[in-house]
Amino acid sequence: MSQLEVTDLARGFGGVQAVRGVSFTLESGELLALIGPNGAGKSTCFNLLNGQLRPDSGRVRLDGVDLVGRTPRRIWAMGVGRTFQITATFASMTVAENVQTVLLSRARRLFGLWRPASRQFRDEALALLARVGMADQADRPCGVLAYGDLKRVELAMALASDPKILLMDEPTAGMAPAERLELMALTAALVRERGLAVLFTEHDMDVVFGHATRLLVLDRGTIIADGPPDAVRTDRRVQAVYLGDES
Amino acid sequence: MSFLLVQALSGLATAATLFLVSSGLTIVFGVTRIVNFAHGSLCMIGAYLGWSLIERFGGSVGGFWGSVALASLGAGALGAAMEVGLLRRLYRSPELFQLLGTFGVVLVAQDAVAWVWGPEDLMGRRAPGLKGSVDILGQPFPLYDLVLIGLGPLVLGLLWLLFTRTRWGVLVRAATQDRDMASALGVDPARLFTGVLFLGSALAGLGGALQVPREAVNLHMDMAMIVEAFVVVVVGGMGSLTGAFLAALLIGQLQAFGILVFPQITLVLVFLFMAVVLVLRPHGLMGRAEDAPPAAAAAAPVLRLGNRGGWIALALLALLATAPLLVGDYAVIVLTEMVILALFAASLHVLIGLGGLVSFGHAAYFGLGAYGAALLVRHLGAPMPLALAAAPLVAGLGALIAGWFCVRRSGLYFAMLTLAFAQITWSVAFQWSGFTGGDNGLLGIWPSAWASGKAVYYWLTLALCAGALALLRRAAFAPFGYALRAGRDSALRAESVGIDVRRHQWCAFALAGSAAGLAGGLYAFAKGSVFPTLMAVSVSVDALVMILLGGVQTVSGPLAGAALFHLLESQVMRATDLWRLLLGLTIVALVLLFPRGIVGVLSNRRERS
Amino acid sequence: MNAGHAGETSPFRAAVARTDRHPKPERPRMLHRRQTLSLLMTSAVALIAALTAGSTSALAQAAPASSAPVRVGEINSYTGLPAFTIPYRQGWQLAVEEINAKGGVLGGRKLEVVSRDDAGKPDDAVRVAQELLSSEKVDLLAGTYFSHIGLAVADFAARNKVPFVAAEPLTDAITWSKGNRYSFRLRPSTYMQAAMLVEEAAKLPAKRWATVAPNYEYGQSAVTWFKQLLKEKRPDVEFVAEQWPAQGKLEAGPTVQALAAANPEAIFNVTFGADLAKLVREGEGRGLFKNRRVVSLLTGEPEYLEPMKDEAPEGWIVTGYPWEQIDTPEHKAFRDAYSARFKESPRQGSVVGYATLKAIAAALDKAGSTEPDKLVAAFRGLSLSSPFGPITFRASDHQATMGAYVGVTTVKDGRGTMKDWRYADGAAYLPGDEAVRALRPAE
Repeated sequence: MSQLEVTDLARGFGGVQAVRGVSFTLESGELLALIGPNGAGKSTCFNLLNGQLRPDSGRVRLDGVDLVGRTPRRIWAMGVGRTFQITATFASMTVAENVQTVLLSRARRLFGLWRPASRQFRDEALALLARVGMADQADRPCGVLAYGDLKRVELAMALASDPKILLMDEPTAGMAPAERLELMALTAALVRERGLAVLFTEHDMDVVFGHATRLLVLDRGTIIADGPPDAVRTDRRVQAVYLGDES
Repeated sequence: MSFLLVQALSGLATAATLFLVSSGLTIVFGVTRIVNFAHGSLCMIGAYLGWSLIERFGGSVGGFWGSVALASLGAGALGAAMEVGLLRRLYRSPELFQLLGTFGVVLVAQDAVAWVWGPEDLMGRRAPGLKGSVDILGQPFPLYDLVLIGLGPLVLGLLWLLFTRTRWGVLVRAATQDRDMASALGVDPARLFTGVLFLGSALAGLGGALQVPREAVNLHMDMAMIVEAFVVVVVGGMGSLTGAFLAALLIGQLQAFGILVFPQITLVLVFLFMAVVLVLRPHGLMGRAEDAPPAAAAAAPVLRLGNRGGWIALALLALLATAPLLVGDYAVIVLTEMVILALFAASLHVLIGLGGLVSFGHAAYFGLGAYGAALLVRHLGAPMPLALAAAPLVAGLGALIAGWFCVRRSGLYFAMLTLAFAQITWSVAFQWSGFTGGDNGLLGIWPSAWASGKAVYYWLTLALCAGALALLRRAAFAPFGYALRAGRDSALRAESVGIDVRRHQWCAFALAGSAAGLAGGLYAFAKGSVFPTLMAVSVSVDALVMILLGGVQTVSGPLAGAALFHLLESQVMRATDLWRLLLGLTIVALVLLFPRGIVGVLSNRRERS
Repeated sequence: MNAGHAGETSPFRAAVARTDRHPKPERPRMLHRRQTLSLLMTSAVALIAALTAGSTSALAQAAPASSAPVRVGEINSYTGLPAFTIPYRQGWQLAVEEINAKGGVLGGRKLEVVSRDDAGKPDDAVRVAQELLSSEKVDLLAGTYFSHIGLAVADFAARNKVPFVAAEPLTDAITWSKGNRYSFRLRPSTYMQAAMLVEEAAKLPAKRWATVAPNYEYGQSAVTWFKQLLKEKRPDVEFVAEQWPAQGKLEAGPTVQALAAANPEAIFNVTFGADLAKLVREGEGRGLFKNRRVVSLLTGEPEYLEPMKDEAPEGWIVTGYPWEQIDTPEHKAFRDAYSARFKESPRQGSVVGYATLKAIAAALDKAGSTEPDKLVAAFRGLSLSSPFGPITFRASDHQATMGAYVGVTTVKDGRGTMKDWRYADGAAYLPGDEAVRALRPAE
């Protein structure tokens, strides 16, 4: 069982306080949604967690170990995976090679100069691709895939590093509604199977309320609600600052 | 005191010219993202046109300034013609192909100018009314230089007005800042680009024409100008006009006072300055973070490991190995050079093709290998095998040091930092005559007795190069190559799956450096001598041209490119004095016909059939 | 490009939006190594075939026969420095025509020159030398302008045991520290020209000297020799400033200002070409040359003096070639023939090119053979008549005693020329045989 513990996280840009005093925990088996209006600080929050940004104050601990000040690479090595809002795969490689590269990275074999990479971890890569439903496209170049398929490849790449915590920044952005639900169902299944802890941001409320086990609501850099979907849905503050905006 | 003031004024006059020429380069780059090698040529053409016009009409004040303006417009028109005739057809090609195309134009311009104006330096008229000097605190100072000092800020001001107060200028600025926006605004981008090339080239021509009263117009102005202009643009920050102005001021002063403090190292001073600025400020003085192409990212998949490829490579090797039995000594020598250059090009391809890192200074490592081997022979009396073994080590070490700095920057900043290191290495070889022999080089670096036959040395070269190429190829398809490609395709993603992109790039730099060093060591023994020219900018450019000719996105492309380029150069050079014209036209034609490189296009064609 | 097309595949977008550069292709562009390699192989076969054809034809053409022409392989920087090498080429062309008109060499064999460009690069020069030797079957090599290229070819010549007459390079190394059995040099070296100028400089009252020279071997050794030789003659002089601009990159204003600041009484200049023109203009503008004597290497050669037209400096002490004023019979004959043949006046390079081929012809006739060792023996101590008068290739260091004209620059009829000149015979400015033997590596 793993636990991500975030305490009093804060970060400002110039005069603007993007994130102030954010605290929450994330446990294995949870599918935690981070929601909030545009500019609430969701992306900043994500970048603070995986080390791309350094917080002004506060702590991020994974199983008791402080992550603050470590590089994204170190944090990844400690078990925090990530997918991006705008898909980023290695376009010059095939689908399988994308996953193999991650597997090689996890095995610390990336400085290998001799054995062909395409023959290493091929089976493991195919197994992961099968899990996300991409096995049949394993040998296609990533550059030619449809958007939804790229998202799946990203998920497989994230899984390849066998993370304890997975941070997914708008995993379903740009997908058709049916695809979105399918991808989140897959994610939820993986959380159950692997005992993952997932933190994701999302705009689509159907996705959020359909799959999240818990919700965090961020507004102007602070958390205004933290609880199961039903509780958050009825929270008056949330309705006022967030849901109210949309109606 | 008065001396220092006048020295500073002299620096300002230098700065004015530098600014005029580099402002054009930075505008062209900012909007079109084209690294225009031909910018120096346009400056030279401006100077020659200016000379002709001033000789004819420059007797009166109006005639003189009219001539300067006309020369500037003429250069602008040529620049616009280059955009319409060449660059426009290359916008869909990988970024570097535009660079290759403009390099072809450079070669053509050299011969064309020599043909039109003759080989002799041309001393033009002085500006009427500005021939004398004024006394500034008791020191005479040329009037014309004072006018130049005023022209710099004046042009900056006019450009500022153009870019803020006219619709065209606003569109150009929009395009500079958000390159998709202009097309969204309904501007015809083709016309915008032609206009920008016109403006940039006209500025280059203006800078050139204004030199007529100061110096003899000559055929070496293009290269002298382009390198300095690149330095100014990069120090200032790509695409930034005020940055270019600031950088020109600083470099002008650096040159004016540098010769007082360090009269011996004027050659390196500017490059040292650029290196320091880039190490401290990643995007130059005023540059913005995102302005850093070219990255040689060809998103097409790199070729995959074929099954029978190995056999064909062996057959090719066997065929090459039998060559000395079939052909004469000279052909064996040309083949030896080709094989060496193939390794040199392939080593650069590790950086460009796999890492997306475009180096303008790869010759440094070729030269370091050659010098490493030659110095061991000269100073320690080392036998050839030892010297050859040292070549990749010396070059690898040099690359390790330079690479540590270079990989911290990307795009053109990376390229210019590699160029700075290459120039520094070059000037050490050039000026440390006690150790390196200076420009007179090191002689008598001939192979050991057992390898002195031309065929034997060829076989040795073939064996070593084939071995090194096989290793590079393995590395390209091994996890190391994948990590490099991952960093090139998406650095963000690579970092977030635990790939230390910078470290891989650093290692790739060292690997490429050592392979180039081996090539350099072999070259030294093939030629019997080494000279600083082995590290010159032109050698780095040659390597780039070979890779681009062959195709960036294949591993065997550089080999074909090296063979073709060397064959073209050596055979055309034999046949005619106009070899630069022919070579340039060939490059332009190849770029237009094969926008993805020769191997790339041929393979595509085969696949289709 | 028409508007409709532009809208569809906007070159603007294509060029600038990197992520969109390669729109997802319909057809994966995977390149198979097998195919590319076979392409490579095809081209390799074609290449080898081409080279074979080339070398066999050369073989056929070079069949040795007593009547076959004697072939001279000639290499120079024709594209790199056309202003200097084209007059040089015309010079040797004239010599070859004259020699063949008089029946050639070795009792009736024609003299033939196979000329190549070295692109200004020593490694290209060495390749070309190899080509001349093995494909063109030349009997000896000649030419070169740049010192480093001269040295590279000299080293190649020594290794391949083929005689080489370095025509224009000035570096002392080619006959002294890097001298070898097979290499000879025609033109007066840096040392010789510096020594000629020192003779004049020592007569000046000036005690405070400044130097300005391009920062490479030529400039460095010229300044070193000048200082050393002048101090020997005038222990009271001091050198108060040195400027070392990079060749071709002289920052004229600051350099002139820096020289003036040291307030020297006289200046020794080694810069040439475009740098010299800048220096002269800026120096005049800033009064650098007012009340100062300037001693300047090579500046009196028409190659450097004539482009400056009426702005040529006045009163500089220089080495050079006042072609229109030399009326010795041998020079008049040369000048008339050259002007008639090429419709222009001769340059320094023309004389060098002309004398180089005349020397080669003389050596061939003296040796009575094209055998390398006999040619080397013939060159040693070879005497012949040149447009500058009689010259001898010294046996001790293979340097010809060709001299230069030392005089004062002036402007006449709107162009620069020399006055008060005299011919400085090279023999008078060379160290003795014993001294140079110590400078040369043992054979």
